[in-house]
Amino acid sequence: MQQTGLSPDFNFLEEVEAAGPFNVSECFQCRKCTNGCPATFAMDLFPDQVIRLAILGLKEEVLRSKTIWVCASCETCSTRCPNGVRIAEVMDFFKEMAVVKGIAVPERQIVTLHQTFLDNFRKTGRVFEGGLMGAYMLRSGQMGSMLKTGAWKDQLQLGWKMFQKGRMPLFPTSIEGRAEVAAILRRSK
Amino acid sequence: MKVTYYPGCSLEGTARDYADSIHDVCAHFGIQLQEVSDWNCCGATAAHCINHKASIELGARNLKLAARQSNPDLLVPCPLCYNRLKTAAWALEEEKTHQYDIQLDAPAPKIWDLANFFATDEMLAKLRENVKKPLESLKVVCYYGCMASRPPHITKAVDYENPQSMDRIVKALGGKALPWPYKTDCCGASLMLSRPDMGHKLVGKLYDMAQRVGAQAMVVSCQMCQSNLDMYQKQIEADWGRNFAPPILYFTELIGLACGMPAVESWLSRHIADPRPLLREARLVA
Repeated sequence: MQQTGLSPDFNFLEEVEAAGPFNVSECFQCRKCTNGCPATFAMDLFPDQVIRLAILGLKEEVLRSKTIWVCASCETCSTRCPNGVRIAEVMDFFKEMAVVKGIAVPERQIVTLHQTFLDNFRKTGRVFEGGLMGAYMLRSGQMGSMLKTGAWKDQLQLGWKMFQKGRMPLFPTSIEGRAEVAAILRRSK
Repeated sequence: MKVTYYPGCSLEGTARDYADSIHDVCAHFGIQLQEVSDWNCCGATAAHCINHKASIELGARNLKLAARQSNPDLLVPCPLCYNRLKTAAWALEEEKTHQYDIQLDAPAPKIWDLANFFATDEMLAKLRENVKKPLESLKVVCYYGCMASRPPHITKAVDYENPQSMDRIVKALGGKALPWPYKTDCCGASLMLSRPDMGHKLVGKLYDMAQRVGAQAMVVSCQMCQSNLDMYQKQIEADWGRNFAPPILYFTELIGLACGMPAVESWLSRHIADPRPLLREARLVA
């Protein structure tokens, strides 16, 4: 008889710590991380629950959570943890693992922005802000909905205002070492 | 005094106002900025979220280039760039747990958050000497955000729960920095673009508290915080059903104002929430 639908991965903690150390197993569930977190209102698991699930080896639950993506990396949790658990850093590790494993990310827009940002400077070495928003809107499939809701007008207006104020660059800058940057982004993928 | 300078990508674009103010203020105080030659993007949030190894190596390349310039100090105005460079230095010089494909061939220079650089006793004394128009009638809150302070094992900050650098600068310029509890609460950073609902909620909280303590403006040292707090005020006010509209000033702009630097107006004119009406009222600009 099947008792639960849980399928713990007993090597998960070891795998996580090999990339760290993040001191995940030091957690004694005081919830100080969760109490100080500014983003809990948008999370499906609280930060302390993510840590607990990681200890229990419930990898799928962790990697499929919204929490790891809506974490703003503000580092309040890691700073305040009495046991030195690197909570924000391990959230990053989970994000990367989810991407590498091709897991369907429940916060598509967030990961799309990260990917668009890295692609933005991959070939030039420096971010070209003038091209970032447009590329992100296209890639995240928001153009359609923006056309429907009229939100494109706000975006365009803001972009125009920034341009008028001399804060919207029109041309990307390329650095001499752009091939080195492309190599860094390639080899570590 | 010569220092090495890492501006970061935004200062060449959306944070032109910050860049201009930094160049002029530094020139005013005899600080010669020597840009890291051929610097690259620090990778920002995107790299450390989904490509850890690259996030360290991007920083390592910058530090390697910075170490070739003989200045002992590296000034970084953007707190996120600062944080990424500090993290790379920490990973390569202190932690040494993992292998990276770019190594430093010389020790990294001392990496400074710009506000901390201007808040040393020596610099504060210079600021005091140069004040022509004290900021007497201006009541502000200093908003530090996350990345200049946290995590302290990397930034080495000691006052990470209640940072003081900008409060000290405002005081040295004759202004009043009000105490408030949200100095280091997060503005949402890049979530403002990917989850605007979250960004609006986080920034609205900051406006609300700044208003409650009676601040007329918010002072920042981070161009990411500045743009999140400055660019979306209309939408945030609509979400909250409230009027906030605080001007969001860089601390370097306050230095320019108090020291009577003529270029101040051109920096201020680049903001979305126009700070000039408030500053006219305070008799700080004509």
